[in-house]
Amino acid sequence: MSLDLIVLLPFLGAILPALMIRVGRNACATSAFTVTLLAFALLMTHAPLVFRGETLRVGVEWLPRLGLNLNFFIDGLGFFFAALILGIGLLIIIYARFYLAKEDPMGTFYAYLLLFQGAMVGIVLSDNILLLLIFWELTSLSSFLLIGYWKHLREGRLGARMALTVTGAGGLSMIAGMLLLGDIAGSYDISEILKHKEAIQASPLYLPALILILGGCFTKSAQFPFHFWLPHAMAAPTPVSAYLHSATMVKAGLFLMARLWPVLAGTEEWFYIVASTGLFTMLMAAWIALFKDDLKGLLAYSTVSHLGLVTLLLGLGSPMAAVAAVFHILNHATFKAALFMNAGIIDHETGTRDIKRLGGLFMLMPIAGTLAVLAAASMAGLPLLNGFLSKEMMLEEASHTVWAGQAWLVPALATLGAVCSVAYSFRYIVHVYFGEKRHEYPRHPHDPPFGMWGPSALLVIGVIAIGLFPAVVAGPLVAVVAGAVVGGPLPDYHLAIWHGLTPALGMSALAVAGGLFLLWRYTAVRAIWQAAPHPDAKTAFQWLLARAVRLAKGFTHGLHNGSLQRHILFLMIAAIAITTAGFFGASHAPGTRPQLEATPVAIAAWLLLVVASLGVAVLHRRRLYALIIVGVVGIIVSLGFLYFSAPDLALTQISVEVVTVILMLLALNLLPKKMPRESSAIRRWRDVAIACLGGLGIGALTWAMITRDGSTLAGYYLENSLPGGGGTNVVNVILVDFRGFDTFGEIIVLGIAATIIFALLDGALQGEVGRKLAAWVPDQKRAKDRHPMMLVIATRVMLPLALMVGAYIFLRGHNLPGGGFIAGLVVAIALIMQYMASGFGWAAQRMRVDYHALIGVGVLTAGATGVVAWLADRPFLTSAFGHFHLPLIGDIELASAMAFDIGVFLTVIGATMLALASLSRIGRWADNQSVPDQPMDHNISRRPAKEH
Amino acid sequence: MEFLVASAIGVMAAAGIYLMLRARTYPVVLGLALLTYATNTFLFVSGRLTVNAPPVIRDGITTYTDPLPQALVLTAIVISFGMTAVIVVLGLRSYLESDTDQVDGKPEDIENENLESVPTAAERKADQ
Repeated sequence: MSLDLIVLLPFLGAILPALMIRVGRNACATSAFTVTLLAFALLMTHAPLVFRGETLRVGVEWLPRLGLNLNFFIDGLGFFFAALILGIGLLIIIYARFYLAKEDPMGTFYAYLLLFQGAMVGIVLSDNILLLLIFWELTSLSSFLLIGYWKHLREGRLGARMALTVTGAGGLSMIAGMLLLGDIAGSYDISEILKHKEAIQASPLYLPALILILGGCFTKSAQFPFHFWLPHAMAAPTPVSAYLHSATMVKAGLFLMARLWPVLAGTEEWFYIVASTGLFTMLMAAWIALFKDDLKGLLAYSTVSHLGLVTLLLGLGSPMAAVAAVFHILNHATFKAALFMNAGIIDHETGTRDIKRLGGLFMLMPIAGTLAVLAAASMAGLPLLNGFLSKEMMLEEASHTVWAGQAWLVPALATLGAVCSVAYSFRYIVHVYFGEKRHEYPRHPHDPPFGMWGPSALLVIGVIAIGLFPAVVAGPLVAVVAGAVVGGPLPDYHLAIWHGLTPALGMSALAVAGGLFLLWRYTAVRAIWQAAPHPDAKTAFQWLLARAVRLAKGFTHGLHNGSLQRHILFLMIAAIAITTAGFFGASHAPGTRPQLEATPVAIAAWLLLVVASLGVAVLHRRRLYALIIVGVVGIIVSLGFLYFSAPDLALTQISVEVVTVILMLLALNLLPKKMPRESSAIRRWRDVAIACLGGLGIGALTWAMITRDGSTLAGYYLENSLPGGGGTNVVNVILVDFRGFDTFGEIIVLGIAATIIFALLDGALQGEVGRKLAAWVPDQKRAKDRHPMMLVIATRVMLPLALMVGAYIFLRGHNLPGGGFIAGLVVAIALIMQYMASGFGWAAQRMRVDYHALIGVGVLTAGATGVVAWLADRPFLTSAFGHFHLPLIGDIELASAMAFDIGVFLTVIGATMLALASLSRIGRWADNQSVPDQPMDHNISRRPAKEH
Repeated sequence: MEFLVASAIGVMAAAGIYLMLRARTYPVVLGLALLTYATNTFLFVSGRLTVNAPPVIRDGITTYTDPLPQALVLTAIVISFGMTAVIVVLGLRSYLESDTDQVDGKPEDIENENLESVPTAAERKADQ
């Protein structure tokens, strides 16, 4: 069966529990369980292949040019981790069904859990490091969701954020490291990278890549000094702690170190960084764990310690140590997940996890007690249990490790770590299950239902089975996995309980004795701990975070303090600076294109334009004047278009100009008409200087451009417009045919803009603003004759004419200046004139057009013409045209682009009218005028006007 | 003629930039309008200046101006109308909401250098 399906299944299945929760909690849990079981079964179909020592690869190209492909492969290591993830996942799903309370949203929980599971399986089966990085980040995200699952708990939210920050930062560092690694190896595929050991270790980038990748591994696997997030992540529900923070996610770092072990390990740098970090983490965390009163806190630090142990083993770089590392990962996953579930049971049954308040539980909960004793004994490393075997192997490896010339250092510290480990493991047993029986528990504790202890019992059976018959139960698996880690032949070893009187056995015995001693003298030892300083990594982290936030805030607020002025100022200065730099880097030879002669009319128009532009700048505080002068600028610009052979542009510009002025007038009605001068003289002159520089630059650029010849695409369009597009107006053919897709996008934008305007103004009619508007007092005198007879009659007469002109401009658009855009604007102006003449209320009662629908119909029409092309098996928006002969009328030409242009036409009308009508509407609202029942104020009909 | 066009674009752009640096919504909108004229004209003249040669195919005529910049500018004009409208309405709504049309992020400094005092909508209402 396909490998990618194993990865995909949990992702696809994540939706199931979210839906099935509507059926019930059992259905919800069952759906999650089934999905996982299916993935697990699929994985198991690969078992024969893996145990034959073979590797299976599948791949789909995703972004080949980036080197990012959906390549998966399975070998011993990937199989082992995937089995751990899915297998323990199954147990956790059962356990969580009974653990979660009624009010906890179970569907969400299982959905998150499956997302996490998919991401995790993705990591371990990826054959592409870029793909692996994606899954890596997904585990950080899903872990964030799971830690913060109890949203009402402050420590849950904080813990989730801390975990995300630390592992996310590590993820970033790892991205950099992986890119370096891929660069050195020349491929991002793991199987390819693994072949280049010599090249990678000889590269000058080896050390940076190593440090960056280890940054990701150490944060994920909670190695010192990034260990502090893990205990805080224990605010998560216990199934999450058991699953993510002991059995799977925190092992992702170990997995990656193991995965890249063949190419990264074996150097001095690797040994000193990885082994030292592992050793120190193991020792420190074991010591801290001894004094944690929270059961989950104790287990969290113990997990950190055991992760340190595995890191140490991987750091040693010898194949034998790799075997031990693999074996310990397996053993730790079994006993630690069992212990976490046990802590959850205690919490669930007694209502507390505080060791100081617990004791004597064994008699109350014999089943849970037995399981806890066995699992904790394995954690302590007592013989006949699996923890003993791998710890023995670790001590054996440590016993002949020389650190910077010191042969005693590593063995001594490893033994010390083991001492603490024995002590906290026994503390878990003795202080919780034995000793004085308490009666003041918040709840009356008894053994939980089978669903809660069953999963941990299964794990404990594993603990014992491996402990008694390691070579039979775990031997083949360890051999395959270690073979995959080492990537070569394994040393001669055998998993057995009795290796003879080795130094490791002595160290083990010493550890048990020392641990028992520490527990016996626990009060005294704790006093020492209390007296010692406790450097708190969390405080340092928060200090660092606060500083980073302050720095970012200072920078952002310095750039953008809410003032548009400042923002635009920076933009302008930046633009001027960049173009100035470009200016001095280029040649300044004058252009050679022959120039046109300036006519007197052109000079007059130029003068008017310059005066008008400056006039707007000077008079902008007198807003109405400024608006009129802007209109002058617009008219000259459209005349310019006309003069320089662009009749379409001239028509468009002049109609847009009319609509814009109407729009601004409507807005100005409600805005202040004049305004104070609020900037100082210095500031104004500074702005003048910037504006002059900017204007000079743009003017000079234009000058440089239009006095030179340039290459152009014009020839193609001019040649193909008639034969290819069936129209002689090349501009219109480009709009509706050659670049129809652009135009399609643009009418959509226009429709969106109008809808935004509607939403902004419609919202203004409600609430505080609506009341303000209703109480509006006009700040200008109102005309007595608000609906003048001349205007009313003229617009009424003009309406059919204007509509006809619109239709004419539209129809001729394909061959002569005109088209949908211009026709739409003309028609919109004709309609808006009716509003202006008789007032919004009167006109709106008579023109019941849904402008929203008009926009929608327009866009859909344009889109439909594109889709029709699909039906003819051509690309979207391919046009067709033909000549038809009609009796009496003669030859007419029809192009499918015309239907497209109808869409443009309708959208432009709809958008323009929606914008203007929305503005008129709130203007009328503010005027508090009742809707007149006559089109004009003077009653010219014979009927007497109704009395108001 | 080229100089006239280039300098006119420069002047429109300069006036536009100056207005966009003002502290009220209205001049910012006017500035944007002027800058739009300048930009659209600039894009248009990238087809170079040609007189009496509109890109409408006719028999016997071989010189036409470049149609592509015209097509691009045509939609640009319509789109910039849409954008101007959105910004005007945004400015209007924010004025109605906050009783000030300032964009300098410092409403507390309104009285700074007041030459012509303009009552806010709320003040006018209070006067009645």
